[in-house]
Amino acid sequence: MIRFILLQNRQGKTRLAKYYVPLEESEKHKVEYEVHRLVVNRDPKFTNFVEFRTHKIIYRRYAGLFFSMCVDITDNELAYLESIHLFVEILDHFFSNVCELDLVFNFHKVYLILDEFILAGELQETSKKAIIERMGELEKLE
Amino acid sequence: MASTMRGLSVFISDIRNCQNKEQERLRVDKELGHIRTRFKNEKGLTPYEKKKYVWKMLYIYMLGYDVDFGHMETVSLISAPKYPEKQVGYIVTSCLLNENHDFLRMVVNTVRNDIIGRNETFQCLALTMVGNIGGREFAESLAPDVQKLLVSNSCRPLVRKKAALCLLRLFRKNPDVVNIDGWSDRMAQLLDERDLGVLTSAMSLFVALVSNNADAYWNCVAKCVKILERLARSNDVPQEYTYYGIPSPWLQVKTMRALQYFPTIEDPSIRKSLFEVLQRILMGTDVVKNVNKNNASHAVLFEALALVMHLDAEKEMMSQCVALLGKFISVREPNIRYLGLENMSRMLMVSDVQDIIKRHQAQIITSLKDPDISIRRRSLDLLYGMCDISNAKDIVEELLQYLSTAEFAMREELALKIAILAEKFAPDLSWYVDVILQLIDKAGDFVSDDIWYRVVQFVTNNEDLQPYAAAKARVYLEKPALHETMVKVGAYLLGEYGHLLARRPGCSPKELFSIINEKLPTVSPPTVAILLSSYAKMLMHTHPPDSDLQDQILAIFRKYESYIDVEIQQRAVEYFLLSQKGAALMDVLAEMPKFPERQSALLRKAEDVEADTAEQSAIRLRSLQQTSNALVLTDQIPPNGSLPVGQLNLVKITSQNMENSVEQGGIEAYGAVGKVDLEQAPSPDLLGDLLGPLAIEGPLALASLGDQLNTVQPTVNIEERFNALCLKDSGVLYEDPHIQIGVKAEWRAHHGRLVLFLGNKNVSPLSSVKALILPPRHLKMELSLVPETIPPRAQVQCPLDVVSLQASRDVPVLDFSYKFGDAVVNVKLRLPTVLNKFLQPTTVSAEEFFPYWKSIPGPPTKLQEVVRGVKALSLPEMANLFASLHLGISQGLDLNPNNLVASATFYSENSRSILCLIRVETDPADRTQLRLTVASGDPILTFELKELIKEYLISIPAPSLAAAAPTAVPLQPESPMIPASNDPGALLAALL
Repeated sequence: MIRFILLQNRQGKTRLAKYYVPLEESEKHKVEYEVHRLVVNRDPKFTNFVEFRTHKIIYRRYAGLFFSMCVDITDNELAYLESIHLFVEILDHFFSNVCELDLVFNFHKVYLILDEFILAGELQETSKKAIIERMGELEKLE
Repeated sequence: MASTMRGLSVFISDIRNCQNKEQERLRVDKELGHIRTRFKNEKGLTPYEKKKYVWKMLYIYMLGYDVDFGHMETVSLISAPKYPEKQVGYIVTSCLLNENHDFLRMVVNTVRNDIIGRNETFQCLALTMVGNIGGREFAESLAPDVQKLLVSNSCRPLVRKKAALCLLRLFRKNPDVVNIDGWSDRMAQLLDERDLGVLTSAMSLFVALVSNNADAYWNCVAKCVKILERLARSNDVPQEYTYYGIPSPWLQVKTMRALQYFPTIEDPSIRKSLFEVLQRILMGTDVVKNVNKNNASHAVLFEALALVMHLDAEKEMMSQCVALLGKFISVREPNIRYLGLENMSRMLMVSDVQDIIKRHQAQIITSLKDPDISIRRRSLDLLYGMCDISNAKDIVEELLQYLSTAEFAMREELALKIAILAEKFAPDLSWYVDVILQLIDKAGDFVSDDIWYRVVQFVTNNEDLQPYAAAKARVYLEKPALHETMVKVGAYLLGEYGHLLARRPGCSPKELFSIINEKLPTVSPPTVAILLSSYAKMLMHTHPPDSDLQDQILAIFRKYESYIDVEIQQRAVEYFLLSQKGAALMDVLAEMPKFPERQSALLRKAEDVEADTAEQSAIRLRSLQQTSNALVLTDQIPPNGSLPVGQLNLVKITSQNMENSVEQGGIEAYGAVGKVDLEQAPSPDLLGDLLGPLAIEGPLALASLGDQLNTVQPTVNIEERFNALCLKDSGVLYEDPHIQIGVKAEWRAHHGRLVLFLGNKNVSPLSSVKALILPPRHLKMELSLVPETIPPRAQVQCPLDVVSLQASRDVPVLDFSYKFGDAVVNVKLRLPTVLNKFLQPTTVSAEEFFPYWKSIPGPPTKLQEVVRGVKALSLPEMANLFASLHLGISQGLDLNPNNLVASATFYSENSRSILCLIRVETDPADRTQLRLTVASGDPILTFELKELIKEYLISIPAPSLAAAAPTAVPLQPESPMIPASNDPGALLAALL
């Protein structure tokens, strides 16, 4: 199960934070700080997995942005690693050539997309097409 | 749209243009101030503005600032009639609040209405929020509605996949919301789903359900295999569900994960199809250039490996797996190498492949030096797991070497692992002492006290080891810069056993004393205390007495008599006086007695580290299955299955010995040591370990002894047994491979008599039988004497008298322990002395009922509650349930055929007898809710009885009261009905 998803830039600014387990605010800040520290200095040649407390962080870097997922120690690492990539492909498709600024100014869209992609800490939909079409439907409603 | 929310974009730009953190804070504060004022004066606020402010709040929150207002406004947007506001309300609420937040309660009804309403978009929003942050309260009130959506034929896949995951969340919050009987069929149907989006979500739900109870879902195994076949053959898989050419790798992984929860797959044809698929995955996965494709195909491959290992495939396939893993741990690609190491560790837990894995030892040790800490950790885990007596020396040597270069974050774990391996697999004891002393020398800061306590225990219990250990200690103490832990253990060993070296050069008492005493000025008070004890011991061991040494030591005692630390002061005074006693000193300061055998605190500590995961891992479940029903000592952790020949065992000590040593005064002498340790010991367990003889008299040690050795598994479901006995008066309460405990009970008014039948199932006697009753405050209980030993194949009866003092749902606990062989088994069993046992069904006539009912006006003596989430019982079933609770049904009192009226008399010593009246009004249209009213003269009784009935109506009582707390919605005031004077039912209704 995905415990939380973080999208942070190299400076540690949070661009998206979604928690699927109940954490207090102070705990969230601490987690964001620690995860950033944990992943930011890792060599690109290292694994994309790093242990974090009793869980593990699966992370991937795209330009200056780190996408990190905290999952259970027994979860399938590569499957989650590729789900990060799928999410990035969806963002890329939606914003056509996504960059950090898109995510900053449209952070609310990113939350919407994420809600179509992951729910209750599990993958909900793995078809890029289905999610993009769904976003189209929702835009019409606004 | 972003373009239409200009205010938001401007704000974000402003923040981005801030030069520094201070400016940013000012800008944020200004905005928060603005929003706060606008929210305060809500009248002029348009829905659009509200929406904009709430997004801004989320943005500020994301930047890491506290947003301590506006939650109310955010949550209230959920009730907005139009989509744009509602959407913002739902999304921002799920980001700002968590399931424990009170504000969420306010919207339970709105959310429910959105879920059961016709608007699909609203349904999706509501399901998403509940799926992401719903708690127990949501689980209990929404689960049925969510289930309906999931299996509905009229909903779009879009809604159903959300419903599946929403239900998963609710199930995780409260597993009772999914009724297993009804669900296995529905689940099987769901697995026939063609839409892969719905199927992906449903599969996640399925994994959670089977991890909780695989037995209920056997009918789904074939379906899972079908799904795998469909994906493996790319049969009916739309293009959009393939990822870099691989048919949904995520669904493949989830499906194989689900199959790992079934103990085995017996059906030959299903097994054959499954193995065909697995074989294809194992053989057909090649390394390709594209990273994403490679990752995705290996995600599937690793899951297939796990499933093959789980299913105990034929030897050939297993060795194929090990070969693959062997290949992976030597590849360059770090992720794959990491997973190779990780899966090898997992493999050790489930199958007998240790020898094949040992061939890769050199490669694994190389990974211990990898620059990536993730890989080093996996390698450490694997080395730890594969260590046995044959390779312990090599592996521990490597780990000790690595210790000097390992980073801070890993040292403590490394030190603990070295200590454990040295203890478990030492080919000889002197090696063990060497390793631990090296460990203290190299990484003293990371050697916890339990590690050196353990050395002391081993040395104390093994006479052959004592001179060796003392000599070693002396060598280390001569080193110039020493860790304080080394001073402690060294001084302790030399104090106790230094005299054994007396004939060796440089080891006269005086010389040893001066080596130790050099450290005295630089050590902390706890160590000073140990040094003082060592001096006292040395004094006692020196024959003939050396007056020079004596003078030096006595001078030190004198000096510390006025030391600021009370503990040290006391020791100094006592040792000084004791040393005046001449020959009596010998008795008082005699050598420490041997420690009783018990599990190492280290091993326990290592076992305690357990990750918190959403689903119990399949591997762990399986290792639990393997060890149940067998008497297994905790030392035998599955990874290292068989007990190694050379495992160190503490010498056992008879109680006779123990008493002697107590008389000799060994305990008094070390009482002082004991006290210091007590104050410093991080946990009481350590005490139990180090201070065995001392603690043997105290309850503390008994408790920990029981807990740690308790590995005999019950062969019955204790929970079920207890529940059954709550409703009947005789039956089996507990059973394991050695003993059966039965109960027979009789109840008369407030008196009860239980007889416990303790039956030994073995052909050898059960010894050290102890039974202790922990009664709750409302019961008086007396257990007759329980014999210490139960002869082979015999049954003993122990009567237990109970007096009820007051109404309460708390139950007494029987703390029961016995010894079989070397294993102490301790169980804590709830006794079925429940509230309803002190009830007697009473039939009440209408003439008695109504005046009494009326005379009790309302809370706290009359309580009413609408209970939801009730088991769907027909009225006769409910009447049966009431009868088994000793509640007498009064027929005809309530004319409404959907209602039940019951009464009973409750007996207790304090109040003798109290009449209780109960009324249940059911809704024939919705069997899952009813209104329950309980009245009696005693508010406590009313409350407890109401809760008790509720527990039974909702589900079988859960183990803890907290877990069983059902939803109770306070009754809304209703307009009174007009009473019809001669209709008792209407009369009753009017009274309510």
